[in-house]
Amino acid sequence: MNRILKWFDDRYPIVSFWEEHLSKYYAPKNFNIWYFFGSLAIVVLVIQIVTGIFLTMHYKPDTELAFDSVEHIMRDVSWGWLMRYLHSTGASLFFVVIYLHMFRGLLYGSYKGPRELLWIVGMVIYLTLMAEAFFGYLLPWGNMSYWGAQVIISLFGAIPFIGEGLAEWIRGDFVVSDATLTRFFAFHVILVPLMLCGLVFIHLVALHKTGSNNPDGIEIKKDKDETGKPKDGIPFHPYYTVKDLFGVGVFLFVFFGITFIVPEVGGWFIERANFEPANALQTPPDIIPLWYLTPYYSILRAVTYPLFGVDAKLWGVISMGLAIFLLFLLPWLDRSPVKSIRYRGWMFKTALTVFVIAFVLLGYLGTKNPQSIDLFLFTNVTWAQICYFLYFAFFLLMPIYSRLDPVKPVPDRVTMK
Amino acid sequence: MVDEQVDKNRRRFLTGVTSGVGAAGAVLAAVPFVASMTPSAKARAAGAPVQVDISGLEPGKLLKFEWRGKPVWVVRRTPEMLESLSKVTGELVDPNSEEEQQPAYAQNEERSINPEVLVLVGLCTHLGCSPLEKLSPGEVDAEWEGGFFCPCHGSKFDLAGRVYKGVPAPTNLEVPPHRFLSENLVEVGVHTDPEDLA
Repeated sequence: MNRILKWFDDRYPIVSFWEEHLSKYYAPKNFNIWYFFGSLAIVVLVIQIVTGIFLTMHYKPDTELAFDSVEHIMRDVSWGWLMRYLHSTGASLFFVVIYLHMFRGLLYGSYKGPRELLWIVGMVIYLTLMAEAFFGYLLPWGNMSYWGAQVIISLFGAIPFIGEGLAEWIRGDFVVSDATLTRFFAFHVILVPLMLCGLVFIHLVALHKTGSNNPDGIEIKKDKDETGKPKDGIPFHPYYTVKDLFGVGVFLFVFFGITFIVPEVGGWFIERANFEPANALQTPPDIIPLWYLTPYYSILRAVTYPLFGVDAKLWGVISMGLAIFLLFLLPWLDRSPVKSIRYRGWMFKTALTVFVIAFVLLGYLGTKNPQSIDLFLFTNVTWAQICYFLYFAFFLLMPIYSRLDPVKPVPDRVTMK
Repeated sequence: MVDEQVDKNRRRFLTGVTSGVGAAGAVLAAVPFVASMTPSAKARAAGAPVQVDISGLEPGKLLKFEWRGKPVWVVRRTPEMLESLSKVTGELVDPNSEEEQQPAYAQNEERSINPEVLVLVGLCTHLGCSPLEKLSPGEVDAEWEGGFFCPCHGSKFDLAGRVYKGVPAPTNLEVPPHRFLSENLVEVGVHTDPEDLA
């Protein structure tokens, strides 16, 4: 070992850290395309932090100045448009990557023991990310920013007894105002990013304790050679660092394609109503959150009838909370003896397919007027109600169908298909 | 060094008490931080009443203005509009305005002091969007008698701001405290003196 490295290593565990987490950290050798999204999420996080820092240099969190300062960034600041479009594209792609990362977990049962905590930390990251996106969305002070914040904060107002006071406390005023904007700025640029970085660290610590799952759902640590390294494992570095770098290359190709050519993505990444400054007297004619929150928005407005003496508004909010909370319980709802979809039977495969269709449809319907007909036969709200039941059935019936499901025998060693 | 017997009970007690005092201190230290996020004195003082001249408001039209940062509507209702109120009673959640969404002096079928002039806070009672004015019959669907339609989640209200059944909004639109300083001068934010009504 060279002397400088030794000097440092005597004072800080550089070599052992490198070995434990990279050069002698063994990951299953059968990773496929689904295993790109974890590292891609870190790449997007870095892009968001870097572009965010530079946007903060020009943005002004003040209701009188905010909207104009964003236009200033777009028109006057050198390369400001690039920083802003990278940041807005990154926000949406962050969710694309996270949704695919989570779907990978569903496909291969990565949430099942011993990775329950890993999954839960991941879910907390997902929730935190939604909060980060929500706080950031108010900052341009466009009309959709304003009314989006108004609606989401009002959700807290539906909680009995403390709701109104809580909503006032979050806004810092009786309506969404300057007090709200400045605190959302504080949350968006420091509080939540700090939490995200901490949570990502915890997520990685949990991952490196249990080791990665893989497309076969086999624990590679159970089959080690005489030197104590898993027979089906390969060192993360250089094998997966190089593989992930290739993934990053492809991903950036898509990322920059959107940023340079279609940064608004037809209103899906930047909504048209947000090119108008906030107007407290006029809700935009179609108020919709950005696409990554629309499945839950659909669930919220699917509830139109009171039940058990609780009004529809509160039920909507409860349903939305429950829709997310059930994801946390996944490790315990799934009673299947196998992890990977490769060895599961038709029941789980059908349930997962139906769930994905319901989730995507909920997302689509969340962007449409509830009363009109955009699919066929029924109004959008009726379709949303159907998908609402399918969504909850996936989770609530899981303890039953995952146990009855005819599973296939799982091999001892991972396969390379 | 004296080899004494460790008194575990005493040690546990001291650890417990120290942790308890520490936790209480942490909670108390959080109070100013949490309280700093409540509406400031300035925000609380900003609720000044607003006077609006409605002499230019034509029958069947709506006037919009801001009070405490919220949209407030004044509608001058035509006789046909007032007639529609009794037609839709069966489809409403709270036709008699029993829920306290209006001052006592506006708890009537028209939900107003002067039947012709309706004053409402233009925020949906569901999640606070501002509903759209769909004042003419047939504007939302074939049976529509005129009223307000919230684009966010599809809540419907009649021409007195009363909520229809089967929509997510739980209660009627709010009638703000208001009074008439003269026939065409409305002040929002100040209650009508009951003696003036007599």
